Amino acid sequence: MTRILSKRRLSEEVYRVEVEAPLVARERRAGQFVIVQADDDFAERIPLTIADADPERGAITLVFQTVGASTHALAAKEVGDPITLLGPLGNPTHIERFGKAVCVGGGIGLAPLHPIVKALKEAGNEVVVIAGARTAELLIMQEELKSIADELIVATDDGSAGRKALVTEPLKEICASDRPPDIVVAIGPPIMMKFCAEATRPFGVKTLVSLNTIMIDGTGMCGGCRVSVGGETKFVCVDGPEFDGHLVDWDGMMSRLRSYRKQEEEAHHRCHLDLAAALASETSAAERLAKGAL
Amino acid sequence: MSGASKEGLERQAREALGRIAAIRSEGRELSPRDRLALPVQDMPCQVPQARAANMLEVAEGYSEAQAKVEAERCLDCKNAPCVSGCPVRVDIPGFIKKIREGDYVGATRAIKRTNLLPSICGRVCPQESQCQANCTVGKSLKSIDAAVQIGRLERWVADNERACGACDLPDVGNSSGKRVAVVGSGPAGLTTAIDLRREGHEVVVYEAFQKTGGVMVYGIPEFRLPKSLVAIESNLLAEMGVLYQLNFLVGRTRKLRSLLAEDGFDAVFIGAGAGLPKFMEMPGENLVGVFSANEYLTRSNLMKAYDRDRAATPIYPSRRVAVLGGGNVAMDSARMALRLGAEEVRVLYRRTREEMPARSEEVGHAMEEGIIFDFLTSPTRVIGDKDGRAEALEILSYALGEPDASGRRSPVAIKGSERVVPFDTVIVAIGNESNPLLSRTTPDLKVDKRGHILVDGAQKTSIDRVYAGGDIVLGAATVILAMGEGRRAAAAINELLG
Ligand SMILES: Cc1cc2nc3c(=O)[nH]c(=O)nc-3n(C[C@H](O)[C@H](O)[C@H](O)COP(=O)(O)OP(=O)(O)OC[C@H]3O[C@@H](n4cnc5c(N)ncnc54)[C@H](O)[C@@H]3O)c2cc1C
Ligand SMILES: Cc1cc2nc3c(=O)[nH]c(=O)nc-3n(C[C@H](O)[C@H](O)[C@H](O)COP(=O)(O)OP(=O)(O)OC[C@H]3O[C@@H](n4cnc5c(N)ncnc54)[C@H](O)[C@@H]3O)c2cc1C
Ligand code: SF4
Ligand code: SF4
Ligand code: FES
Repeated sequence: MTRILSKRRLSEEVYRVEVEAPLVARERRAGQFVIVQADDDFAERIPLTIADADPERGAITLVFQTVGASTHALAAKEVGDPITLLGPLGNPTHIERFGKAVCVGGGIGLAPLHPIVKALKEAGNEVVVIAGARTAELLIMQEELKSIADELIVATDDGSAGRKALVTEPLKEICASDRPPDIVVAIGPPIMMKFCAEATRPFGVKTLVSLNTIMIDGTGMCGGCRVSVGGETKFVCVDGPEFDGHLVDWDGMMSRLRSYRKQEEEAHHRCHLDLAAALASETSAAERLAKGAL
Repeated sequence: MSGASKEGLERQAREALGRIAAIRSEGRELSPRDRLALPVQDMPCQVPQARAANMLEVAEGYSEAQAKVEAERCLDCKNAPCVSGCPVRVDIPGFIKKIREGDYVGATRAIKRTNLLPSICGRVCPQESQCQANCTVGKSLKSIDAAVQIGRLERWVADNERACGACDLPDVGNSSGKRVAVVGSGPAGLTTAIDLRREGHEVVVYEAFQKTGGVMVYGIPEFRLPKSLVAIESNLLAEMGVLYQLNFLVGRTRKLRSLLAEDGFDAVFIGAGAGLPKFMEMPGENLVGVFSANEYLTRSNLMKAYDRDRAATPIYPSRRVAVLGGGNVAMDSARMALRLGAEEVRVLYRRTREEMPARSEEVGHAMEEGIIFDFLTSPTRVIGDKDGRAEALEILSYALGEPDASGRRSPVAIKGSERVVPFDTVIVAIGNESNPLLSRTTPDLKVDKRGHILVDGAQKTSIDRVYAGGDIVLGAATVILAMGEGRRAAAAINELLG
């Protein structure tokens, strides 16, 4: 059990929290994640990447998007509140001096990308970051990334910031240029990672992706995080989370992520109703309404 | 196995006690013949229809009268063949005699000299292949089911002790100034911790999960082993001064080496348990709706997904469930699926009931609850719908062939017997590989080719001052074997630090 040290809302759906975790802050490397639980008894275990760490203060930073019941429960926590946390988990990113690295981050994926960009830069690479999001509001970590990267290319779906384009466009351009990347790292929604891998495939540029499968224990016990890579079953929590994007069975992975969609929607709905009920001053009436609506 | 009502069983036990008292009032002791004539005491159980819809414990436990009668069935054999069948050599005739004498505290003490978790072993040991396998009474009556019900008695003694609040803690020796780290809080880790603490060492148990107990909390379901019991046993350790560090993954949160080199531990015991689930390696196994038993059971046990109103962890909505395998894990998955609302649950097993490794009591219970067994069948692939969800299994029939090297008759596929059977959920329960985490993060820790940690006769690993035991050494074993290894390791560590 540890507690929340600070909390900031980065956008409508994105939160940045600092959590007290001295050992994790000391041991973690770029690319690793933690499993958090809102409470010990009934909460779900959800994986979140370590976006930053401060070993001196014994704190790690998590950046997450509220997509369902568990991330909402986390967002509802305040400074000082207890949470359960296990980590650091997964294999650290393999960092070396590759030469030119292109790091592509989509939406919330920009948070886990940040420590990798930092580590690649520290290892002496030239680092180009491509930051993408649906709209300007969802572009996070821009200051941090700008201060580290040699170049920051911004692309939004609606053109509200940077280019009006998908991240795969600038990625293809760089691959086709006379100075193609030696390595590409892509983190974001599975569909984005899939198309980044497709974009680099014809150029033969090695492309690392960080998979966000469903997880339970995160320690190599349950097999829930399995994914087919190069025709072999791999376990993301102990064999990953990073894999060669050209070998991942993306369609299989994406359909596994949808396993619980129906229940998740119900749970999400329920938590919104609970929230609405709590906010309403005539709680009893609202609660009745909420319960009835289930 | 079961069938008679609780009241019926109680009446029968009281009648038997009457007969025993009558014999004694004549001034003579029961003869072996009298003892063999006493009825085997059945376990009172929730009725199958009711229990298939709840999570409460299926077996309700003996009454005092039943325990007394069952204790009278023991012949107190000189050579005690039962004891040699028990991996930790519980003094079986000794504790049973104490029950007869009405000295229940003495009975607990007799058991706890070698077995520290009797309320758990009494429930989950495969007695029919261990202590009860060799029992003279069973042999005389020519039925393994007629053996003295040692496990049930052990459970009763422990439950009775708890009910009386008479638990006395093992003595903790004077502080030795030495520190030992225990990795994992399953039965291996917990037993090691107790034996180390008795010698006055400081013991810190590191556990990756948010709860202690290992498979006893995340694998074995509530209806077979109540989690409150495991919590009580774990708390007992805390009362003895054992320290728990939960949510701590040795190898990641801290390297094994650092525990010895920097954190001041004098020795380490690894009881990390089994690891990654095995799959059949058949096409379609990564489709939605296909689970490892570990995932399925963890969701429903540790994360309490069955408590739909309170738990945040979702459980897959299943109607037709296929469970692949024939061990305890398969039985638990099948019975759990039923309790979570599945309409039809079938266990697919390649051999026949005789070869099933599951405890026979559990197989019986599963059958009573309506689980269907398809023996001599095994799937060849999972068939999915357009959304990647499992919708059917292709199944093949088998026949038993010649006995192989292990003496088991191996199944041979019958050509042309393929058929497609609809299932929306497939639970794979065919065993585990070993967890690779510690060996990958501790390069000089030697493992065999299947990843199990190699140890010597005293449970010592390839690294000095590091010991290991339980499933991480044995592969999937049993609670009592894990405990036995833990005790052996603790003895070696105590000697090392002594
Ligand atoms: C290694 C790893 C690192 C991650 N890092 C981050 C991060 O830094 N920031 C962030 O916002 N998100 C991250 N995620 C994703 C995050 O774990 C999920 O968004 C979260 O679990 C959703 O939970 P929920 O109950 O709020 O939503 P739900 O309603 O449960 O689900 C919404 C979506 O999340 C997926 N999901 C559900 N449960 C899990 C689970 N246990 N694990 C993974 N995905 C799940 C669902 O398939 C669905 O697509 C990471 C995932 C992994 C595997
Ligand atoms: C569903 C099921 C039913 C079973 N039924 C029976 C039965 O009826 N009878 C019977 O005798 N046996 C049964 N077994 C087998 C029995 O449970 C195991 O043999 C026994 O629990 C093994 O004990 P252990 O202490 O070695 O490991 P485990 O019980 O597996 O405990 C290991 C613990 O270590 C923790 N851990 C692992 N790695 C680390 C790390 N690096 N750092 C910190 N913590 C770590 C794990 O989280 C876990 O809590 C069953 C098993 C299962 C899965
Ligand atoms: S510990 Fe298990 S095997 Fe030993 S006597 Fe008790 S029930 Fe039998
Ligand atoms: S073998 Fe059976 S009858 Fe003999 S001492 Fe053991 S339990 Fe009693
Ligand atoms: S999350 Fe359970 S094995 Fe990876």
